[in-house]
Amino acid sequence: MNYFGLAPLARHLQTTRRSFLIGATAIGSSLVVGFSAEADVAPAAAKPVANPFVGYVQIAPDDTVTIFSSQMDMGQGIYHGIATLVQEELDADWVKVSVIGGFGNTALYGNVPFGGKIQMTGGSSGTASSWERYRRAGATARAMLIAAAAERWNVPIGEIKAQNGTVSHASGKSTTYGALAASAASGPVPADVVLKEPSEWKYIGNEALPRYDSAPKSSGRQQYTIDLREPDMLTAVMIHPPLFGATLKSFDASKARAMKGIVDVVSTPRGVAVVGTGMWEVMQAREAVTVEWEDDKAEKRSSREIAAEYRAAADKGGEAVAANVGDVDAAFAKAAKVIEASYEFPYLAHAPLEPINAAVRMNADGTLEVWGGHQMPDAYQAVAAKVAGIAPDKVILRVMKTGGGFGRRASVDSDIIVEAVATAKAMGWTAPVKVQWTREDDMRAGRYRPAFAHKMKAALDDSGNLVALRDTLVGQSIAKDSFMEKSLVKNGVDVLSVEGMANQPYAIPNLRVDLTTTTSPVSVLWWRSVGSTHTAYALETFIDEIAYAVGKDPVEFRLAMLKDKPRHAAVLRLAAGKAGWSTPTPAGRFRGVAVAESFHSYVAQVAEISVDGSGRPKVHRVVCAVDCGVAVNPDQVRAQMEGGIGFGLGAILKSQITLDKGRIVEGNFDGYDVLRIDEMPSVEVHIVKTSAPPTGVGEPGVPPIGPAVANAMFKATGRRIRILPFANSENS
Amino acid sequence: MRITLNGQATDLDVDPAKPLLWILRDDLGLVGTKYGCGQALCGACTVLVDGQPVRACQTAIADIVGRSVVTIEGVSGKVAEVVQMTWTKLDVPQCGYCQSGQVVATIALLNANRKPTENDINDALSGNICRCNTYHRIRAAVHEAAKLLEA
Repeated sequence: MNYFGLAPLARHLQTTRRSFLIGATAIGSSLVVGFSAEADVAPAAAKPVANPFVGYVQIAPDDTVTIFSSQMDMGQGIYHGIATLVQEELDADWVKVSVIGGFGNTALYGNVPFGGKIQMTGGSSGTASSWERYRRAGATARAMLIAAAAERWNVPIGEIKAQNGTVSHASGKSTTYGALAASAASGPVPADVVLKEPSEWKYIGNEALPRYDSAPKSSGRQQYTIDLREPDMLTAVMIHPPLFGATLKSFDASKARAMKGIVDVVSTPRGVAVVGTGMWEVMQAREAVTVEWEDDKAEKRSSREIAAEYRAAADKGGEAVAANVGDVDAAFAKAAKVIEASYEFPYLAHAPLEPINAAVRMNADGTLEVWGGHQMPDAYQAVAAKVAGIAPDKVILRVMKTGGGFGRRASVDSDIIVEAVATAKAMGWTAPVKVQWTREDDMRAGRYRPAFAHKMKAALDDSGNLVALRDTLVGQSIAKDSFMEKSLVKNGVDVLSVEGMANQPYAIPNLRVDLTTTTSPVSVLWWRSVGSTHTAYALETFIDEIAYAVGKDPVEFRLAMLKDKPRHAAVLRLAAGKAGWSTPTPAGRFRGVAVAESFHSYVAQVAEISVDGSGRPKVHRVVCAVDCGVAVNPDQVRAQMEGGIGFGLGAILKSQITLDKGRIVEGNFDGYDVLRIDEMPSVEVHIVKTSAPPTGVGEPGVPPIGPAVANAMFKATGRRIRILPFANSENS
Repeated sequence: MRITLNGQATDLDVDPAKPLLWILRDDLGLVGTKYGCGQALCGACTVLVDGQPVRACQTAIADIVGRSVVTIEGVSGKVAEVVQMTWTKLDVPQCGYCQSGQVVATIALLNANRKPTENDINDALSGNICRCNTYHRIRAAVHEAAKLLEA
């Protein structure tokens, strides 16, 4: 059993060669866009080596180096990581290196762990995807620069040095990479460059390498999609349906059209767009538009009803089996003791601080430029082309750095792309248009972490051994009805629903995990660490509960069941040791622990908390141990663990999206509460030294923090919190 | 309506109710000040008005006529230099989107209080949301900046 995020998608794409469909299912239409991902990846042996100067690295005559990234940067620092990999082998002048987003060439940019047939950022796979590719690009480019110098100077290649952006020869001859780049790029491409040994690395693993984009991001100079000010560019806000599943009947914009600064009000497949000269103008005009919606098929339930239905479904047992090991029924029949616990998880919004947006411009030459946080460039290019009615190769994607993402910008229906292109098209391509969601739009437009219920049951024998574990999960599928359904839904189980549970790491002889997949017009999506956002909480608090029930130390109890999982065990030991797990806690402080693997990275965390008079936890300190293979940028590994801990902590303490008769209650950061600086613990990160190939760190810092804090809460109060967030009124 | 913007007298012919945020971003092209919530809940649009941190999204231009506005593009002086330097040195930003507001709020804090305690930092910055949760480094950078300013 190997459930792991998007690995099944990878296998699927590796073994088949087909067109697959991006469902750009839209309001009032069934716009399904054919998206061909047929760019073939030949078997490795026969594969010609790509010329690195075409599509990976550009060196200008002024020696500036531009790297084209297959991965988009939403803040996780992958541009810095890819620059590090290229630089390690290319040895350019580091201060002249910058990175922009590549697109439109799946053979060059296809995500390697996903099989290479779709360009996509996700599943914490950016570094793994880039590890060989971008080091090889750097090494090949360097070899070609050296060859060009050898030819120009008529000296043997072996006598030439290339470092820090300069090529030199013992005779005193010297020139820069920029001066050689043009001739190097047209030279033969060596097929067999040798990559550096780890002992030779100067940039990979370098603690002192400053992140290249910190200065512009500390001075307001970093540009995001919201900042675009192309000539004549107009701004639009959307009017989305107030209920999920409602469709547009009609609208009256006569008052809005007469308002100052308003240029047009148009209908798109996803709602009404109000277009004008600026954000303030269109936001005001939007209030003056009256819209009628058809809501027969819309979601009209409230969160309490949905939760009650999920609880009932969990009590019945799952409809599809995700894991079945040993004989669970027999084990429960013989059990000396049975422990049960039910958990409820709310919908969660990603709420990136830059609300979702995209901008488009139809150019005189028939090309369509699309700016945005393009997390799935191949899909967005195809969808933009389809909506515009042009060929995909006429679509130029401008991949912008974004104000956060957390999964939201890899939208399986290309929502914002459809809105931006459809708006500009409805206006007859008369002006470039930026569609900008407000915070309320962002909060209420869906694509949430799906709400989930878990019902867990454990069987213990006479000696307190955990002999059987059962979990029934109830919740919506992310992959179902999307272009990934065939890859990710197997025998009725969306692997994204059960990852972290169906492949739980403990040596338990009898295991059954089953799933009932619910449906609702409320749209769902991957949210930083996806299934592990709820499976790690349910598993790691339940395991902790069992440990206390049998009077065992929570760390020792876990380690005894992790004998075949050395990487889990190692991070658990490391975090426990550094946190002083076996030493007494200071007065009024309580510790909790959790460990989880997600996206092939292993993370353990120990949280140290106190509880205030009203029963609320304050998390003082988190000790985190991570094994992510080779740490390409150790300080960025640390940054992602710190950020993941804060992101996960805010969610389990405070965040929830709730429905009231179908309407989303929370509209802004007053209702949707997130972590703030006064609640951020001190974080200490320990990175396991290893030569294993790098995996990811964007998401794996998130899953353990919730259960670690919940387990500390139990220690402090004797209470198990099973309805999330902690602030849910049902917990008070 | 006239304000002083980053040291320059600036005349504005706009709706008096228009928030400063959209005047800065859409009318004047000063896009370093960010939109995050529009309700003074996230702090991404923090600017200085007469030296005090203010949420530009909830500040109607009519309410600040005659006053001095400083945005991230216009911050200057020793405190601003040290704050931006420590932000860069500690690699505080991840996505960077909230950092204009964080930096401006920190400059205001350190201008008023050269030795902020943990509680002072919480009071000054808990209105500034960072969804990447760089808070751990923001706190370290504020302390580091305070130390450098003391020296």
